[in-house]
Amino acid sequence: MDAVLLSRLQFAVTVGFHFLFVPLTIGFALLVAVMETLYVRSGDTRYKSMAKFWGKLFTINFVLGVVTGLTMEFQFGTNWSEYSKFMGDIFGSPLAIEALMAFFLESTFISIWIFGWERVSKKVHLFAAWMVALGTHLSAIWIIVANGWMQNPVGYVLRNGRAELVDFVAVVTNSYAWHMYFHVILSAYVLSGFVVLGICAYHLLRGRHVEFFQKSFRFGLVIALIGVLGVALTGHFNGQKVARVQPSKFAAMEAIWETGREIPAYLVVVPNEESESNPVEAVGIPGLTSFLAFNNSSAEVKGLKDIPLAKRPPVALTFWSFRIMVLLGIYFLAVAAFGWYLQAKNRLLDSTRFLKLLLYSIPLPYIATNLGWTVTEVGRQPWTVYGLMTTAKSVSPAPASNVLFSLAAVIVLYSALVGLDFYLIAKNAKKGPEPISEAEDDSTVVRPEFVLSSNS
Amino acid sequence: MSEALLPSIWFFLWGLVWAIYFALDGFNLGVGMLAGFLPQTEQKKLISSLGPFWDGNEVWLITAGGVTFAAFPKLYAVMFSSLYLPLIIILLSLVFRAVAIEFYHQSEDRNWQKVWATTLSVGSFLVALLFGVAFGNIFQGLLLDNTGYHGSIFSLLNPYGILTGILFVLIFAYNGNLWFAYKTGNDKGFTIAKRIYPPLLLAAVLFLISTAFATNLWSNFLGLPLLFVVPLLAVVSLLATRMLLGGGQAAGSLLAGSLTVLLTVITCVIGLFPNMFPSKINPVYSLTAFNASSSPYTLKIMLVVTIIFLPMVLVYQIWHYKLFAPARVDEESPY
Repeated sequence: MDAVLLSRLQFAVTVGFHFLFVPLTIGFALLVAVMETLYVRSGDTRYKSMAKFWGKLFTINFVLGVVTGLTMEFQFGTNWSEYSKFMGDIFGSPLAIEALMAFFLESTFISIWIFGWERVSKKVHLFAAWMVALGTHLSAIWIIVANGWMQNPVGYVLRNGRAELVDFVAVVTNSYAWHMYFHVILSAYVLSGFVVLGICAYHLLRGRHVEFFQKSFRFGLVIALIGVLGVALTGHFNGQKVARVQPSKFAAMEAIWETGREIPAYLVVVPNEESESNPVEAVGIPGLTSFLAFNNSSAEVKGLKDIPLAKRPPVALTFWSFRIMVLLGIYFLAVAAFGWYLQAKNRLLDSTRFLKLLLYSIPLPYIATNLGWTVTEVGRQPWTVYGLMTTAKSVSPAPASNVLFSLAAVIVLYSALVGLDFYLIAKNAKKGPEPISEAEDDSTVVRPEFVLSSNS
Repeated sequence: MSEALLPSIWFFLWGLVWAIYFALDGFNLGVGMLAGFLPQTEQKKLISSLGPFWDGNEVWLITAGGVTFAAFPKLYAVMFSSLYLPLIIILLSLVFRAVAIEFYHQSEDRNWQKVWATTLSVGSFLVALLFGVAFGNIFQGLLLDNTGYHGSIFSLLNPYGILTGILFVLIFAYNGNLWFAYKTGNDKGFTIAKRIYPPLLLAAVLFLISTAFATNLWSNFLGLPLLFVVPLLAVVSLLATRMLLGGGQAAGSLLAGSLTVLLTVITCVIGLFPNMFPSKINPVYSLTAFNASSSPYTLKIMLVVTIIFLPMVLVYQIWHYKLFAPARVDEESPY
């Protein structure tokens, strides 16, 4: 195997593992901040107990997010040095700003949140919770500004043998990036909502801490519903953006081979890359793809055959990732809506089958979010920066044996750590909330409490 | 504005961020190295004392990486791809270091805890050693020409590189023991620190001397002797930390020990200027602040961002240290 393929695999593996932790961090940070706000406002310790329980799962998840992100930060240099040389004048800044603006905020205030319950006042503690939430949301902005630039490069000139930044504001306000941003944030809410719902379902099925998890269930439901509706809406606009900016990705997502007007949308499609056609196309709505992409059912959509083979992304992978993601999105919408209905009818506790469905649905949003990134990144191929630089030219001159070593190490070690981390999250989730004693509630005693997510 | 000014400012900001990272994470790494060798009660206290700090300290490393990328993209590309294997091992060790700190408390099972304490020690040791080796090699220059880097992980393991690695390990271990003494009031921390000090002093003296032969770091100082204040202060703080230690002042001693790290790194950064990744083959191939930097526009934007956010970061990190550092980890601590 060559260094390009190995480096691509390594990037996919590290970023894929990293993104198993990111969405929950974003959504849970917000949930915990909201719960704690309710506690501080009402003095109702049930909300404190909720913030602590969900916050503990957040922290176990957070650690792996941090460490898997660390390798990402250096990987552009180790494995993609030609890319870094050519694009660094633009691409490096968002990463540096992300650290300065977001990572310090997150790391400092998460520590105050975890260890500061008895060291700082209620209000300062609440402030810390919101700073963590702000940090996670800011962090996403900068990394997506960076990625958005790879999707739709703006604000640069080619000079001195590299791409040089000439308009920072254009890079930051890149509408492509902002479309991605909202889609990613809302998908993080969906994932977080479904994790909350699944864990609540686990306890409700066993009749444990029923009041606690019924209350939590509502939080999960609200964030899941907001997320899933928002994801659908932003996904639509995102798709329109892709159709305009990256026609090759759009054609691959929809498996459109021939350029034409009034492109229909089919419910069932099976593309074949070798024959450059779709052997199966069934249940079509005329002009729907054209309409969804350009608000006009007779708009022209570019087909893959009009794009040279060397400039096409892998069609099957892009197509199926997109399809399955969309199907999962529809599933999330149906489940969340049905959950809302049961909740409103007060029939949730009797619906054991639905609760089991929720429990077993926990992995699905993880799959969906990683499929989304697969569409984004694989669909952009053969480019690292769309239209500017190919992936093959971006790679480091490092010997393939080095990359093979690091790839093997990353796969083995990350798999072990990630497996262990999910096991620990599950263990703590199954244990349920810890009782909040009256004494602890308004305690002013300064007591060291340095154990993160202690088991006691 | 002179053309050299912006890259020069960024060169020193770059060095400062690395220096702060080593000063802060240095004692964390030292604590990590120590942890595997302690009996259970002390081990638990020590590892839990890292809880509030390791992440915030590690962000300085992420920032160092980010600053390198943003301000010196060519350096970022060449340095990290040249030092591929050592860097990958450092990063994976950091992953394990952090995970060990957090996983350790997840079970009371003694074997589980032993595994993570050992992981913590090995991971911390490798990070300290390999960063030392890498920077030692940067100080003395690498096998770099116009076609790229020609060394291997073995060519990095030369005497000066190894000496710098040992120096890093010793000073971090020393500072880690001071933290141990400071946080737990345990005599063992004092005792071990006192035992580490003589070899540390020896390594420091050897480093100072061999730097004159193996590197060009002292030439900037000879050109502007006033700069000798910085290494002088480093030496003073290295002596002060031992005196404070003798007086039983763990906090003061740790502060002086961390200051030694900070000033030593800054000394080397001053000595390097304007080189960032010097070539041993021929200086024309060296990456410098001037030939590896971003465009003036990017440097300006980043400078504005830094001037706004770096002071904020310092304020809340110092507040955070004040909040958590003084607390003793004692028997009543709720494990």
